[in-house]
Amino acid sequence: MSDRLPGFSTLAVHAGAQPDPTTGARATPIYQTTSFVFNDADHAASLFGLQAFGNIYTRIGNPTNAVLEERVAALEGGTAALAVASGHAAQVVVLQQLLQPGDEFIAARKLYGGSINQFSHAFKSFGWNVVWADPDDVASFERAVTPRTKAIFIESIANPAGSITDIEAISTVARKAGVPLIVDNTLASPYLIRPIDHGADIVVHSLTKFLGGHGNSLGGIIVDAGTFDWSTGGKYPMLSEPRPEYHGIRLQETFGNFAFAIACRVLGLRDLGPALSPFNAFMILTGIETLPLRMQKHCDNAKAVAEFLAGHSAVSAVNYAGLATDKYNQLARKYAPKGAGAVFTFSLKGGYDAGVNLVSKLQLFSHLANVGDTRSLVIHPASTTHSQLDDAAKIKSGAGPDVVRLSIGIEDKEDLIADLEQALSA
Amino acid sequence: MSDNKKRRQMNHDAYPDNYIRAILNSVKSIAMVGASPVNVRPSYFAFKYLAQRGYDMIPVNPGHVGKDLLGKPFVASLRDIGGPVDMIDIFRNSSHIMPVVDEALTLDPLPKVIWMQLGARDDAAAEKAEAAGIKVVMNRCPKIEYGRLSSEISWMGVNSRTLSSKRPPAPTQGMRLSLNRMSVGGGETAASDRAAKNKTEQN
Repeated sequence: MSDRLPGFSTLAVHAGAQPDPTTGARATPIYQTTSFVFNDADHAASLFGLQAFGNIYTRIGNPTNAVLEERVAALEGGTAALAVASGHAAQVVVLQQLLQPGDEFIAARKLYGGSINQFSHAFKSFGWNVVWADPDDVASFERAVTPRTKAIFIESIANPAGSITDIEAISTVARKAGVPLIVDNTLASPYLIRPIDHGADIVVHSLTKFLGGHGNSLGGIIVDAGTFDWSTGGKYPMLSEPRPEYHGIRLQETFGNFAFAIACRVLGLRDLGPALSPFNAFMILTGIETLPLRMQKHCDNAKAVAEFLAGHSAVSAVNYAGLATDKYNQLARKYAPKGAGAVFTFSLKGGYDAGVNLVSKLQLFSHLANVGDTRSLVIHPASTTHSQLDDAAKIKSGAGPDVVRLSIGIEDKEDLIADLEQALSA
Repeated sequence: MSDNKKRRQMNHDAYPDNYIRAILNSVKSIAMVGASPVNVRPSYFAFKYLAQRGYDMIPVNPGHVGKDLLGKPFVASLRDIGGPVDMIDIFRNSSHIMPVVDEALTLDPLPKVIWMQLGARDDAAAEKAEAAGIKVVMNRCPKIEYGRLSSEISWMGVNSRTLSSKRPPAPTQGMRLSLNRMSVGGGETAASDRAAKNKTEQN
């Protein structure tokens, strides 16, 4: 038994999974059941009281989902994880543990449009007040800190333009403010960037994207880095104070450096209810086994396509951090040396109409509102994902009227370039 | 620093899995100092779990002498155990560790292991115990470590940091579990090790 750190690809295949004790099944079985039989009354009481490890009800935990949780925790270098129904659900569950009504959190202005909506409207109705900051200006995060600030939220590779965030610099602000840094690592996946290595305390994902990778299953996950001390100053009562839901248990005291993941499970998922289907967990797990292969191909293809577009006469600008001339290239070299991801934007000289025309002429690229599929995808953010923002906010978040967003798949890059070529000249 | 002392020195920020594994595989009896009969206290959780996994548990708490914990009578102090004990598991704050270690060092035979619970750490007490040839673990929970090395804790989405391609036996109530899975790097995760180290330095 040697203590040796296996490589990323080995963890992507093995972490969390073992042959099924009962049947010997080697693939992780889909435990498609709502509930689990107790041995006896004492066993039931131990499980409900969080005294024993085991399964009760799929809204709290499920053996298929548990394999997915451990696998992503291992890939991200976290202490534990909790899988939920979607990336959006992950964000609700995380903030529910951290914020009381009237509290604030600081969020980078460049985010997935759905997150901007969720933070601006749904969370506001809970009394969780978002304060926006500019990910390109670290000082803007510092200026936004108040005594009510409870967390900072950023994306590692930011939607929609694939810009790279200086995670370490912002984690320094978070540490100084005494609040956890939450990083949405959806567009990078842990293959490209492991935010915990750069100071993140909590990582969230939409599993729907590159981790699942095949555009067939929704899911979200929360990874606990085990780095934040929740006990100081009673600032995080869900973790530090006796919980009436569990007869006075204090979660940090009982669960140590994975207490945040447990809080998300037993206070968040249990009471809010966004459980992940075990079938989706199985599909996503299968996807993760090939994550390193797919992600590298996504990145290599994206770079080739970005280079092609940068040289095309109909294109006015390409925002891809993997290009040597890009504003974010230095940050990309530091944080994502294997590749700058596969989601980026470019602008057309012909403006809004040219964007609409391009989308309608493409034959391999699918026009839809998702990213991180094996298939190449295209969308015009101004008329879709970011359509609910006003024009100024659209431009600020990198989704102006002339902007087209691509998510590059794992097809042959020559075919993707040929498809863009014909659509741009049509 | 003598060679002897160097050899004994353990990095208490990050234990190799083999160190923890060897302790949990070898000890049979565990005296838990500060064991509580209140069933929402972490000591109660750990006592119950370790008893179910086959350890001979002895609750030590002067406030509860005359009562028992899951069928095991409380004793007032380590000296009242009246026989050898392999491991002392201390469920007290860091500031109350030293007197317990001092008392443990008067036992004959000495315990093989002194274990301080999650959140508890006293480097001076650890050094004293190690100088007497006793293995020390600080700021860890034996229930969590047993659950982790057996991967039973994986039910809760916790990163066990172990891998196995072997088919485990179907678990039944109260059985001992194998802890001999392949470890993926020792200790905690790199980030949580760093956080623990920073915290120790601040204190």
